[in-house]
Amino acid sequence: MEIIDILTIIVKLAVLFTILSVVVLGLTWLERKVLGRLQGRLGPTRTGPMGLLQPLADALKLVLKEDIIPTAAEKVLFWIAPVIVVISAFVIWVTIPASQSLVVQNLDLGLFYIIAFSVVGILGLLMAGWGSANKYGALGGLRAAAQLISYEIPLIMVVVAMAMLAQSLDLRVIVEKQSSYPYLLLQPLGLVIFFIAGLAEVGRTPFDIYHAESEVVGGPFVEYSGAHWAVFFLAEYINTFAVAALTALLFLGGWSGPFLPPVVWLLLKTLAVVLVIFWVRGTFPRLRIDQLMAFAWKALVPLSFYVIVITAVYQFYGWPAWSLTLMSLAGLAGVGYLVYQRMTAPARQVKQVQARQRALAQSRRAAAAGGTPPAPQPVATQGPG
Amino acid sequence: MSWLLFGLLAVLTLGGGLGVVATRNVVHAALFLLLSLTAVAGVYLVLFAEFLALVQILIYGGAIVIVVLFAVMLTRSSDYPRISDNRQWPLAVVAALGVLGVLAAAFMSRPSPVTRPQSPVFDELASSLFTRWAVPFEVASLVLLVALIGAIIIARASGNER
Repeated sequence: MEIIDILTIIVKLAVLFTILSVVVLGLTWLERKVLGRLQGRLGPTRTGPMGLLQPLADALKLVLKEDIIPTAAEKVLFWIAPVIVVISAFVIWVTIPASQSLVVQNLDLGLFYIIAFSVVGILGLLMAGWGSANKYGALGGLRAAAQLISYEIPLIMVVVAMAMLAQSLDLRVIVEKQSSYPYLLLQPLGLVIFFIAGLAEVGRTPFDIYHAESEVVGGPFVEYSGAHWAVFFLAEYINTFAVAALTALLFLGGWSGPFLPPVVWLLLKTLAVVLVIFWVRGTFPRLRIDQLMAFAWKALVPLSFYVIVITAVYQFYGWPAWSLTLMSLAGLAGVGYLVYQRMTAPARQVKQVQARQRALAQSRRAAAAGGTPPAPQPVATQGPG
Repeated sequence: MSWLLFGLLAVLTLGGGLGVVATRNVVHAALFLLLSLTAVAGVYLVLFAEFLALVQILIYGGAIVIVVLFAVMLTRSSDYPRISDNRQWPLAVVAALGVLGVLAAAFMSRPSPVTRPQSPVFDELASSLFTRWAVPFEVASLVLLVALIGAIIIARASGNER
């Protein structure tokens, strides 16, 4: 390899890192503003016009803060964990194309590369939780491992289905294949699974179980401060942006669109997905860990297998495109019904309990009137489960 | 250039392996294993086997080490971090020497080709895996199935005792 080649790669990586850092600063500002508006507040207003300088102030504050390493912590693990997390978040971007030609290094196995390195980040979280010698940290690390491993499976299965549709793991080819219609129309169920599993992968609300402040006070990050904590924060936003960009590339047709230049189209689509992610954060409460795991293994994993099977059948028999859409929508409708059942379950259970209590009171009254002592009856005192 | 890389990766692999057996802390052993397995992925990359390298990182570097760490951290290993069972070391030496012997014999009988290494075409890899090597592939998945069923049986048995 020539020296020039190595130098160009280094320059490209530096440019990529700068762009991503700017994007992260922008995203933090946007999230504060959007969340503020969703909650009837203004968000940051004091620093610069519309609070635009708020992320810079935050970054400066984080860098200037004292970086504490606990005495009981395992120094090497504690130090290296944020580095692993941020590097695994960053290297994914090497192969994510911004347009047909604008990519640091296009790989034929691009999608597979992205999946392989997205798993490595979990290790960093585990090491952070363990290395900081803190109960909440270790608990959060374990939660992170359990959650991310579980949600990795549906994510990979859906990505495999999309690769089957495009007959390629190269993101550029996948976008090219969507030039007439985006895969959103072919595989809506795939989009839903990918989006939910992606949210869980980056640990955003309602899936922020492993660093939930009210349960494990920050989880793996509890002992981190200053620049080290800022690195975790950076990785989280890089990952969020990556999930949004991958959703746009795999399902929304990437950079294909009329009139505007390709990069602008991709940015617009990614921004739309990011806004939905923020919207979800402002809308839904956090799940419990058992609900989270049950949802992954009982709902998302079987559904992702269903996605693979219908895609394979569609590909093998060469059925018309709308047949896949129909099969996918049928799956989506099934899930919608199940979720509806679960959501209305508490109300139904409350009604049942009330009916039972009424019956009990009635039987007691009847017994008192008759003069015989009431027979002990099992009373459902348990709330909705 | 490639020799330099290979040397570095070999040192990392062997050092990681040595760390696994030498350290007394179970969590450190698992992390040394991670180092060793990741370095092997680097060796695959030097050999232009990108797919294999990515599989190595995904399966061994990611999933397996995470599950090992998860199990170690869940089993209250912090209460007794310095226990290591070394009774098996003579058996381990025999196994390691046996593998070394087989590999050395294979290497001696078929010296490495002098052609330039190149990455295999992904389609060819897939079609040979699912046609010519379909039976070994399925046998490997059978092993995983056995492990899954075993895990379920163990979990159920302990659940009944309570």
